[in-house]
Order: sequence, then structure tokens, then C-alpha cells
Amino acid sequence: MRLLSLVGRRLAASIPTLLLILIGLFLLLQFAPGDTVDAMMAQMGGGDAATAKSLREFYGLDLSVSAQLGNYLWRLARFDLGFSSIYGKPVLTVIAERLPATLLLMGAALSFAFFFGLVFGVIAARGVNKWPDTLISTLGLIFYATPSFWFGLMAIVVFSIYLQWLPAGGLEDITVMQTGLWRTLDIARHLILPTLTLGLIYLAIYLRIMRASMLEVLNLDFVRTARAKGLDDTRVVIKHVLRNALLPMVTLIGLQAGTMLGGSVVVESVFSLPGLGRLAYESVVQRDLNTLLGIVFASALVVIAVNLAVDIAYARLDPRITTGV
Amino acid sequence: MEVVRRYARSPAAVFGIVLLVAVVAMAASAGWLFPRDPLSLAGRPLIWPFQNPRFPLGTDNSGRDIAAQIFYGARISLLIGLVATAIAIAIGIVIGALAGFYGGTVDTVLMRVTEAFQTLPNFLLLLVLVAVFGSTLTTVTIAIGVVSWPAPARLTRAEFLSLRNREFVQAAQTLGLKDAKLIFGEILPNALPSVIVYASVVMAVAILLESALAFLKLSDPNVASWGNLIGLGRDVLRVQWYVSAIPGIAILVTVLAVSLVGQGLNDALNPRLKGR
Repeated sequence: MRLLSLVGRRLAASIPTLLLILIGLFLLLQFAPGDTVDAMMAQMGGGDAATAKSLREFYGLDLSVSAQLGNYLWRLARFDLGFSSIYGKPVLTVIAERLPATLLLMGAALSFAFFFGLVFGVIAARGVNKWPDTLISTLGLIFYATPSFWFGLMAIVVFSIYLQWLPAGGLEDITVMQTGLWRTLDIARHLILPTLTLGLIYLAIYLRIMRASMLEVLNLDFVRTARAKGLDDTRVVIKHVLRNALLPMVTLIGLQAGTMLGGSVVVESVFSLPGLGRLAYESVVQRDLNTLLGIVFASALVVIAVNLAVDIAYARLDPRITTGV
Repeated sequence: MEVVRRYARSPAAVFGIVLLVAVVAMAASAGWLFPRDPLSLAGRPLIWPFQNPRFPLGTDNSGRDIAAQIFYGARISLLIGLVATAIAIAIGIVIGALAGFYGGTVDTVLMRVTEAFQTLPNFLLLLVLVAVFGSTLTTVTIAIGVVSWPAPARLTRAEFLSLRNREFVQAAQTLGLKDAKLIFGEILPNALPSVIVYASVVMAVAILLESALAFLKLSDPNVASWGNLIGLGRDVLRVQWYVSAIPGIAILVTVLAVSLVGQGLNDALNPRLKGR
């Protein structure tokens, strides 16, 4: 029940944020050179001014900016994201087709970064200032400084071109029809390199935070008590330290959800994955502003959803949270 | 002086400053070592590195000198990194200071805006800005600054919240100082060190953002940018992978240098927090 009210409160708080984003972006796009009709006319191979005028009337583009904004928000409230002139489909359909690949990639990269960040962070913290710590921290710094798209390209060179172990791009092998388990395995094989590429920088961040957080918790009184009770080191770390040290890591997931979505734009382009990020890139190049706005709306929703999940996880980890604000 | 001594005690921080000086030296000497336009045709396309003494790092797909592009690219990366960071920090300080100092409604409104910016994936917002305002060097730099301010704003706000009710501030207030004087003359100097240290993170991210944008061919195509070169090398990745590999190492080294210097400064300025 307490959890439910937390969820409700958080959702209510995110509505003004969402409105602010949408209004801001809508006004921003008013500055864009050319509108949907221009893009459509270009697709059709040009047309006369009368056609353009009637099209603008049809799409309500001849109204004042505030009236257009009102229309836009009203349509959004009914989950109508408009029509993509480039893809010739409703924007909602285009996004729905592309969203699964991105969510899959984000989920895989997040799990990879979280799990290995945790493991390496714990190893580094337990041997602080000894060689494993130095090695892990140095690698972390290098991973943090590596541009993801470059790492992806180099991974393609090594694993796809020279060793030929892994596919260089795409979500699945489309030359052979596959079903069930084989298809899952095939997609997993295609996702290995993109996951590593997207997750690398987050691995670096997570291991650093985990290390710091472990070091902090290891010095607290209750850990000394646990040790004094005669628990062995592994027990102390797993049962007492880990749960408390995890809190900052979980917070970070929420904070990073947005950056990760942004990072998937680049990674999906490198590996030609049919995801939301690649769609964003395509709609920028082709000036399909309707789709771009829709993608921004969808990704804001994803970020809000991730943050909600983080809040719930947080409340599970630390029961004091729900009683607070 | 104490800070310099503490800074010099960390080998990683010293290594960082050496790398950074090297990158700055590259940027400074570019015009002198390579007087020709780095984007002009220089020789046969796709010469491998160390093959021709005239092109120590080889040439790219269209026969342009890679070494020259690397040196001029250092200018672009440092320029965009510094200016975008300055913009982000300036916006962040103003917003964070106002929110932290006045609290109440001002705080709520400003934090809502900050939250909205943080909910939007920053790279996506960058794409939108570039799509709307075009991709010249100036617009790209400003756009990167505009998407990077929320974190410094939050940091400044937190500092202001903790300093706001200290005795020295109350004393200054009792003396009748104006709000602007209080904010910029009394509180900000005390909040500044941690914000400056954080600037290194902003700069590292700004350099990475620009290179990613350039890689997608959405940055200014008329300047020698490392990201542009990586994007170009992608077309010949299968065999001539060095075209993409070399500028990537340049980006890695620069971002690493900036992060190491930032961390070193952090440890030197806040010795109690060392190792965090």
C-alpha cells in the first residue's frame, strides 16, 4: 500500500516535467527551417503553392503557434503522435516497431554494466591499493575515456572481420528463417558487441561508484559488529555490506537511463540495429520532425518508467525511503 | 602551493597533466608543423602509417594527411570542450545559485526545469538542436553547452544550500549586503572549487559528445575534427582500419587526460575525500 502511494506520487510529479519537455520542444521546433509539408512536398518531388496551402490547412499548420500547441498536446493525450511523412505510417507505429530493439539493447547493456561493475567494484574495494585495485581502477579510467562508437568499430574489426566470430551488425540473420530458441540465440549473438560497446562506459562508472561505496560502508560500525560476532569476511560482505553499498548504484541507474538512451543512438548506428536511436538519427537527417518529437516523447516516457522502477527497487532495499518524502 | 604539492604527489594526476600538455602542444603547433589546410588533398589516398615519411600516420580515403588532421583536430576538440564547458558551467552556476539561494517557489520552478532537461536524453536533445539550428562549429558548441548544464546546476544548488545559512553569510546579510553581492561575492567563491573540479567531467563528456556527433556526420564538416575522421574511416574499415583507429586514440588520450587532471585536482583540493 505504501509502495502504491509512492508510485502514484512519483507519477503525478512526473506529469509537469513531461509537459514542460513537450511544450519546450514544440516551441523549439518552430524555429526549424521547413515544416512537415515542406518535407512531404520534397518527397513528392515538389508541387505548387496551392497544394502546399491546402496541405497546411489539412494538417492545421496554418493556425497560430499556441493553437497548434494546444492541438498537439490534445492529440498526445490520446496517444496520437501524428503521421510520419517519411515512413508513410503513423509515428506511433514506427516507434512501436523500433522500441523493442532499443529496450533489449539497453537492458542487456545495463545488466552487463551493473553486474560486472558490482563484481569488479567489490574486488577492487577488498584489495584497496593493491594490484587488483590498481589494475581495475586504471581499466575503469580508460573505459570511461573511450568513445563508444570507436570501441564498437574496433570490436567489429577484431571480432567480425579478423576473427569472424561475431556478426558485424543487424539484429538477426535475415537470410535464413529462424524460430524459437534458435532465433533467440541468433539475436543474442548479434547483441554481444553492441551490448559491450554501449555498456563499457557505464561499467567504468558503476565499478568506480561501487568501489567508493564499498569502502565507505566497510568502515561503518555495524560492519565491525558483524566481524566481532565472528562472521567470516565473505559473509560480512555479502549479507551486510553489499545491500547497503548497492544504494548509490541503484540511484545511478535512474540518473543514467537518459544518457544510455542517447548512447544507443550512436551504438545502433554503428551496428545498424533497427532501434529507436537509429530512428532518431534517420529522422534528423531526413528532417522528419514529427517523428523526432515522437521519439523524444517516447524516450522521456522510458526514462520516467526506469526512474519509477528505480524508486521501487530503492524502497525494497531501504524500507526507510517510503516513509520519507 | 600546498595544493600544487599535494597534486604532484599523485602519479596519475601528473601523468594526466603531461598528457594534457601534450595535447595542448599539438593544438598549438598544428599551424607551424602543417602549414597547409589539413582538409586539402596531400597525396595518394589510403597510404598506411609508417610507409611514407611524408605522411607518418598515412592518408585517409581521399588522400588527406591523417597526422595533420590529428593535430588540427586537437584544436577543435579543446576549443569545443572548453567553450561548451564554460557555457554549461555558467548556466549551471546561475540556475543553481538562484535555486539554492532563494529556495521556495524559485527553487521549485528551476528544479522542475532542470529535471525536465535531465529526463530528456542529452544526446537526443543535442540531435534536435542540431536539426533545428544547423551544424556549424558555433551552433554545435553552444548546443553541447546547453545540454550539459543540469548536473553543474544541481551541484551548485547543493553547495549553496549548505552554505546559505552559515554564519559568515548571515553576518554579511546583517551588514546590509545586496543579494547579488551575497551570491557572487560571499557564497559563490566558497562553492566554486567543487564546481570547477566538476567542470573536468563536463569537459570530458563535451569532447565525447562532439566526437559522437561528428562521427554521425552531424557536426561541422568543414573543420578537421577527430570524430569526422572516424566517421570517414568507417567506409574503409574492413581493410584500412587505421583511418578510424588513430583519431579514436587521440580522443581517448584527451578525455583520459582531462579526467585524470580533474581527479587530481579533486584529491588535491579535498584531501579528506581522497580515493573516492
